[in-house]
Amino acid sequence: MKKIIPCGFHCIKFIDLGVAFGDQQVLSGINLHVHCGQMTAIIGRNGAGKSTLVRAILGEVPYTGDIQFKNKMNGTMQGLKIGYVPQAINIDRNTPLSVYDLFQAFTGKLPILIRSKKEYAHVKEALEEFDVAELIDQPVGTLSGGQLQRVLLAMAVHDTPNLLLLDEPVSGVDKNGMDAFYEKMEYLKETHDLAIILVSHDLDYVYKYADNVILIDKTVTAAGRPKQVFETEAFKNVFGKGAVGDVEVGQNV
Amino acid sequence: MFNEMFSYTFMIRATIAILLISPLFGMVGTMIVQKKMAYFSDALGHSALTGIAAGVIMGIGNTTISMIIFGICFALLLNYISRKGLSSSDTLISVFASCATALGLAILSRGGSFSNYSAILVGDILSITFNEIIQLIVLFAVILLFWCISINRLTAISVHATLAKSRSISVRVMENAFAVLIALLVMLSIKWVGILLINALLILPAASSRNISENFREYTYFSIIFSIFSGVVGLFVSYFTDMATGPMIVIVASVIYFATYVYGKDR
Repeated sequence: MKKIIPCGFHCIKFIDLGVAFGDQQVLSGINLHVHCGQMTAIIGRNGAGKSTLVRAILGEVPYTGDIQFKNKMNGTMQGLKIGYVPQAINIDRNTPLSVYDLFQAFTGKLPILIRSKKEYAHVKEALEEFDVAELIDQPVGTLSGGQLQRVLLAMAVHDTPNLLLLDEPVSGVDKNGMDAFYEKMEYLKETHDLAIILVSHDLDYVYKYADNVILIDKTVTAAGRPKQVFETEAFKNVFGKGAVGDVEVGQNV
Repeated sequence: MFNEMFSYTFMIRATIAILLISPLFGMVGTMIVQKKMAYFSDALGHSALTGIAAGVIMGIGNTTISMIIFGICFALLLNYISRKGLSSSDTLISVFASCATALGLAILSRGGSFSNYSAILVGDILSITFNEIIQLIVLFAVILLFWCISINRLTAISVHATLAKSRSISVRVMENAFAVLIALLVMLSIKWVGILLINALLILPAASSRNISENFREYTYFSIIFSIFSGVVGLFVSYFTDMATGPMIVIVASVIYFATYVYGKDR
């Protein structure tokens, strides 16, 4: 596997982002800087607008403000390429779709009705990086939560995105799966030139692995290093003092 | 006995027509089932009546053209209202389909003349002409080309529209194109298959194939094979038993469905 060192020169800026549905202002005044080689976790209570923020970044919902992707070396602006990992996909158990089909449907040009050895090997190699190569012929509906998530990750990083956007991707995954997932994130930060934005509920993992944490409730109510954010009043108001106790601030690090 | 059957040119034409239509039904049906659009294609089939009625009112002699134009507009309208998501889409489609069907029936029954049009309800593949076979050949080529270009993107959209969009697949364009394609297929084959049965032919082969396939290639190829098989066998059986072709094809397709269901259950 070729190693790409994150250059640290790419920066994604969200400037005064706002989203409104009709009269209802769902998000406003979101200002964020995200750097490649770093993982930014977005946390907040249910209905705080986390998913809406993700949809705005994806261009699914109209937003005000600006998303800029800048190369700090020469100040040029570039098109932002996003690798997105959704919460779940619409597949039921008996859907006749193999992992190869899924991968190829989203990333390949060759119709999935034709199988070429070359494409097959290519997909297999991409799955290999996430240790799921042996699942290539398995129907997607029969995968476990953790397996599916790895396949989706492999798809997301396949054509070298600048931003990896994960929307609560670890639902239905056990503790071992969670550890493996966050270790994979560490690995991606080190080997790929990309920034990671992760919407998450798992505060202890966020505390342990995220470089930056953004607490949102319609707008950014706290931001910074995990340790700083977890000690703010805003954080304690949302998650209670118990949450801080649970994660044992300062002992996990 | 086959010699005698093929001594009739109408049987030769009918066989060719079946061999052209049925693989298309098998192929397009896979995506209709995958995208849970069975209601949509059913509504389109019923709207054929309205298309004919529109043609009659406007004095267009060739009702196939008015059916196609109406079908395309209706398909795009259905897509538009489903996307707005004002109400659940099966309810909306049902409302619009009933409305269109009633309108068509009302107009065509004016002066007690509906019996002139009742053939379209069950269809009659034996009456197909040489020119209409040429139409089907063109349709066959168009759909096959579209399929090769779009199958990946259509599949991606059926799995997760937002994810597809994030990979710069234009979801709306693809969905509209697919809707227009279904409209073309339905309107150009409805005279031979019949309004009452067309959806069965779209859904049954794909549903049967789904019972036994594990990937998309198997799904598509089995569906095409089942569709051709039921078409040809249905035609021949209907010839020897002197019963209508459309229903016979659906009966064969249903038998295949139940067989694959039983076979695939233990999988």
